[in-house]
Amino acid sequence: MIYVIDGSLESLLCAVFEWFERKPGNIILQLEKYYQPDAFAAEFHVHRDQKKADRVWTGLKKKLDKSWMRRFYCAFLSESAQAYSSLFEFTCYIFSNPAGSEVNYGNAHVLAVAQTAKKVEREKHRMEAFIRFQHSADGIFYCVIDPDFNVLPLIMNHFKNRYADQQWIIYDLKRHYGLYYNLEKAEEVNLTPEEEKNLQKTTGELHAVKENFYAILWKDYFKSTNIVARKNTKLHVQHVPKRYWKYLTEKMDT
Amino acid sequence: MSERVREKLNILADAAKYDVSCSSSGGTRKNDNKGLGDSHASGICHTYTEDGRCVSLLKILLTNHCIYDCAFCVSRKSNDIERAAFTVEEVVSLTINFYRRNFIEGLFLSSGIFKNADFTMERLLRVVKKLRLEERFNGYIHLKTIPGASEELIREAGLYADRMSINLEMPTEKGLKLLAPEKSHEDVKRPLGFVQNQIVQFNDEKKLIKSTPKFVPAGQSTQMVIGATPETDKDIMHTADAFYKNFSLKRVYYSGYIPISHDNRLPLIGTQPPLIRENRLYQTDWLMRFYGFHVNELLNDANPHLDVDIDPKLSWALRNLQFFPIDINVAAYKMILRIPGIGVSSAKKIIQARKFGKLRIEQLKKIGVAYNRAKYFIKCADTPYQINDYQASQIKSFILMESQSKYLKNDIQQLILF
Repeated sequence: MIYVIDGSLESLLCAVFEWFERKPGNIILQLEKYYQPDAFAAEFHVHRDQKKADRVWTGLKKKLDKSWMRRFYCAFLSESAQAYSSLFEFTCYIFSNPAGSEVNYGNAHVLAVAQTAKKVEREKHRMEAFIRFQHSADGIFYCVIDPDFNVLPLIMNHFKNRYADQQWIIYDLKRHYGLYYNLEKAEEVNLTPEEEKNLQKTTGELHAVKENFYAILWKDYFKSTNIVARKNTKLHVQHVPKRYWKYLTEKMDT
Repeated sequence: MSERVREKLNILADAAKYDVSCSSSGGTRKNDNKGLGDSHASGICHTYTEDGRCVSLLKILLTNHCIYDCAFCVSRKSNDIERAAFTVEEVVSLTINFYRRNFIEGLFLSSGIFKNADFTMERLLRVVKKLRLEERFNGYIHLKTIPGASEELIREAGLYADRMSINLEMPTEKGLKLLAPEKSHEDVKRPLGFVQNQIVQFNDEKKLIKSTPKFVPAGQSTQMVIGATPETDKDIMHTADAFYKNFSLKRVYYSGYIPISHDNRLPLIGTQPPLIRENRLYQTDWLMRFYGFHVNELLNDANPHLDVDIDPKLSWALRNLQFFPIDINVAAYKMILRIPGIGVSSAKKIIQARKFGKLRIEQLKKIGVAYNRAKYFIKCADTPYQINDYQASQIKSFILMESQSKYLKNDIQQLILF
């Protein structure tokens, strides 16, 4: 049996609901966009139903504490098909076993959810560290990113609390949406491809002289705080993987 | 202002880089005044230098003018280098502008001693006060306590800083006297003790009166230079242990000496900094703080030095094979922590998971245990039966054969005949 879901959190939760309603035994969970019909297995399209999803979510909340609910959500934000399967199996396992079963790290699905959540949290932490704002002429601090996982929902509060007195935009180029904070609240924004391109421009009118000065100061600081006698490129790259360099001021040329 | 600020930043950041501490953890300041900044409990490393060290704070000296002449220090009076001094406004503006762009978590401010201790401390205090009161800055501030400054000034600074620190410089009094005759460990202990007392007092008051202000919420730390003077690892770690205990320090940092002087009391310029040794000392430090080891178990008169080729935990295990193998399905948490190849998070997972059934090798590997290392020291549900016990030297050579040292490019493998 193959369950096909559309990839939203609701559809994942509905899949769990349908599984308990039908008890079809072992199933394979597949995402609609990757799904190819199989001649030998029956398929079942899970329809999104807010009510069913809510029931599963409330049920989960009764079984899991806050930290595990967060792990569940984080693993979901990894957006990987493998993670969806693990989450599905994990949820079925939690509902079929007595309370407290989520710490059974001997169980492959429990471990997979914990480990995936950890990866997403790491990416979230990296974004909190590697985001570099630029101050534009209209007074907004902006920054573009393309994180491995969909971490914008996780970092929103951090930046809202930290930069409460400045307007900022963090835009995810990979997923084509961003966060905008207008001194009151942070909200999701979607830009047209044209606007996205403008956002990425680091030169021209957007980029004030003052901005350049601070970029230079920061690069200078990055250089002077380094101890040449201790050079350790391997460790450096391990902490700041190369895929992030293109957005790091201190790693940019000129 | 621009060009001169740039020059100053280069000089004063360069002079401050030998201070290892860059942590921004333990801050509890919340952005409740709609100002700028909010601390992050675990701290954030915003980038890493090419030597692999974390950059979390803007680490600068207020000035590198200094009245002292400590042989190990790059800013010593007799050293012929460019000198500079920031104004209070310049430091504040740099901090705020870097912070707004998410470059840093906050400020690490130290200084050479100019005129006298009080004068210097008063300047540092002016910077932090301006940041906190005028700029409404809630980011992290790590401030150096200047030994010899008056208690009123230190106390006031503690109300605005998140962490304060004073460096011990050398692990023993004797070493310090050799290189910096004007300084002593007593000068460090007095202010450390004073701040420690104040922290305790403020915390006690806080229990009664909720509005008591924060006082150095992220605690104190210190730093020792290693490899400049001939102390043993045992001397170093026993000093560290005493300071952890007596002053409830959050961290002791060990800084491998980087030759910067032609002084004949010190290693020659061009000598490699003792990086492996530094690494082993940090490992020992971690074992003491998170793994429940007593310093005497790791370093004592029989073993005054840490092994270079293997880590201190493995080396302890090999000296104490009578405790092994440990059955991970029944052993206590603190014994599991002592198994080489098992860290804190794996140990916790094992304790949780074994309630649901006996654990097997496969599961241990998935949990994250370094099984190739741990297998000589553990028993689990499907450990194969083994007739003869291995000697410590055999286990060591098996492990060394399988692992690659990150320091030694060409492994020196000794032949084993038996």
